Amino acid sequence: MHLVVCAKQIPDPDTPPSAFKIDEASNSVIPAPGISPILSQFDGIAAEAALRIKEAGGDDAKVTVISMGADSARAAIKQVLAMGADEGVLLNDDAFEDGDSYTTAKVLASAIRELGDVDAVFCGRQAADWDMGQVGLLLAEELGWASAIIAKDISYADGNVSVQRVLTDGFETVQMALPAVMTVSNEFGEPRYPKLPQIMAAAKKTVTQYSAAELGLDAADVGASGSRLKIEKLFIPETDSNVEFMGGDTPQEQAAALVQRLQADKLI
Amino acid sequence: MSHNILVIGELDEGSASATTLELLAGASEIASGGNVSVTLLGVGASQAVGACAGANTAYASDDAQYDDFRGDQWISAIQSAVESETPDVILVAQSIVGRELGPRLSHKLGTAVAMDCVSISDVDGSIKATRPCFGGNAMATYGFSTSPAIATVRAKSFEVTEGGSGPTTSTELPAASQSRTEIIATEAATAEGLQIQDATVVVCGGRGLGDAEAFGEMESIASAIGLDKAAVGASRAAVDLGWYPPSQQVGLTGKVVTPDLYLAVAVSGASQHMAGCSGSKTIVGINRDEEANIWSFSRYGIIGDYKQVVPALIEELKKASGN
Ligand SMILES: Cc1cc2nc3c(=O)[nH]c(=O)nc-3n(C[C@H](O)[C@H](O)[C@H](O)COP(=O)(O)OP(=O)(O)OC[C@H]3O[C@@H](n4cnc5c(N)ncnc54)[C@H](O)[C@@H]3O)c2cc1C
Repeated sequence: MHLVVCAKQIPDPDTPPSAFKIDEASNSVIPAPGISPILSQFDGIAAEAALRIKEAGGDDAKVTVISMGADSARAAIKQVLAMGADEGVLLNDDAFEDGDSYTTAKVLASAIRELGDVDAVFCGRQAADWDMGQVGLLLAEELGWASAIIAKDISYADGNVSVQRVLTDGFETVQMALPAVMTVSNEFGEPRYPKLPQIMAAAKKTVTQYSAAELGLDAADVGASGSRLKIEKLFIPETDSNVEFMGGDTPQEQAAALVQRLQADKLI
Repeated sequence: MSHNILVIGELDEGSASATTLELLAGASEIASGGNVSVTLLGVGASQAVGACAGANTAYASDDAQYDDFRGDQWISAIQSAVESETPDVILVAQSIVGRELGPRLSHKLGTAVAMDCVSISDVDGSIKATRPCFGGNAMATYGFSTSPAIATVRAKSFEVTEGGSGPTTSTELPAASQSRTEIIATEAATAEGLQIQDATVVVCGGRGLGDAEAFGEMESIASAIGLDKAAVGASRAAVDLGWYPPSQQVGLTGKVVTPDLYLAVAVSGASQHMAGCSGSKTIVGINRDEEANIWSFSRYGIIGDYKQVVPALIEELKKASGN
């Protein structure tokens, strides 16, 4: 069985709002000094899901991690390799830059076709930078595969996957035949934390790089020029802060002051 | 410029959902004279279109198979409405349905979708969609180079103008086709009583509570205010620790709530959390950190240890309500 994890390198979403800056001219985020980019957390959980299926499936299962991005995305690939993935693929080409979810899915789909024998793809439910949450589904559509999103639990038996999904008010388990794409949510649980020997071993694993041409893609169909959704303006919303702290020497006095205000404002 | 807008509606216990009505209200403004149509799928759909104020035409199927959402089944039904309406804009809620339908439908129609939008507007005849990104730290406005422009819209983004009724008849959509995914089990997991989306007061507990038991105290605050008004939510950090059910999570990947009063207890106020509650009328924080991000959104605050503040608050609330 060949499982693929799609992984993205993103600015750390825990960057404090005070350090979060954008460049309005290029509609992009300025990397916060001293804060390293990270593997999008949901993608780490997707890797965990794939590795658990691999481990349950025996020795012939293989996990490949794919990332589309700049050379720096190798760090995200290495992290998933350290978790236990077998091989890495970096999709790197200037032509891929500034694409939308559609062009991203198109490039990932080409790479998955290139690998040839893939049975299942695992993505995070959304990348914690643009928060779009659609690459996994678009990838499934590009490949013509079945899909299930926002997984809490995934199990495999006899060519089928059972996916427990998080709904608005509960859970649902769906079953579908492979090949399929699944997106994984935080309810799945924490990803494993690689130890030093695994990190060392990951450095020796192969990472194959592909350009647009090597995937048979025309530069005009990918990246900014192939995008269907065009970002026109990126800005930081204003928050008006006028907090009034409750005075008082004791919690009782503070609580009384708060209740008084809430009553005056007819909130309770 | 006028626009033909198709709203993909959802049913909630047999009636058009609150968000469907919001989308229709928004659509009739943006349409500026163009046609607004709605689709509803599932038991009661053809009756429920009657309440879809803002829609000029309706498409419905009462087939019970649509009650449990399966993307491929819904898309084939919706495609036939798209063929007869040829909308240039399609709106769907950022719900568990919309999160899947938006991308899949966009691909089927050879176009794009902007997810989780909070405003849709017409600028010189073209549709622009504005949405939070980077967890709410930034906002982005998008245009579309393909048509129709599809957007999933966050709850409470449009206001429902009271009154009015919907179409009296609907065109029947085909019954559900075969699905590639089979639902083999479902499990309900919601808190009893008032739902957080419907409450006028939401008491939200965060990781700083330290344990699951402390959520009992959040429930005591809610009952001191009145369980007809108040419900308890949780931050993702608290949900991930297993202290409260996922159905109660507020935020970007949880629920969006807009109560009159949002009381955040031991919640830091991360942008991804605030994405689910910043539309509340009044936000109040209880936090021991003077520098917490929650203060940027709060009207009132108590700096202190919740373990001391919350019992005092419960007592004062009880006094105030005369219990
Ligand atoms: C893509 C993405 C999506 C996300 N979606 C969501 C979402 O939907 N909802 C969500 O909530 N989060 C979401 N998050 C996570 C979010 O970024 C924060 O990590 C999370 O909201 C933090 O939860 P918290 O405030 O409870 O915990 P913390 O940030 O740990 O804050 C705990 C707070 O408690 C205070 N505290 C501690 N002890 C006490 C005490 N004794 N008395 C008083 N105060 C005390 C501390 O000062 C601190 O401010 C998402 C993150 C990402 C990357």
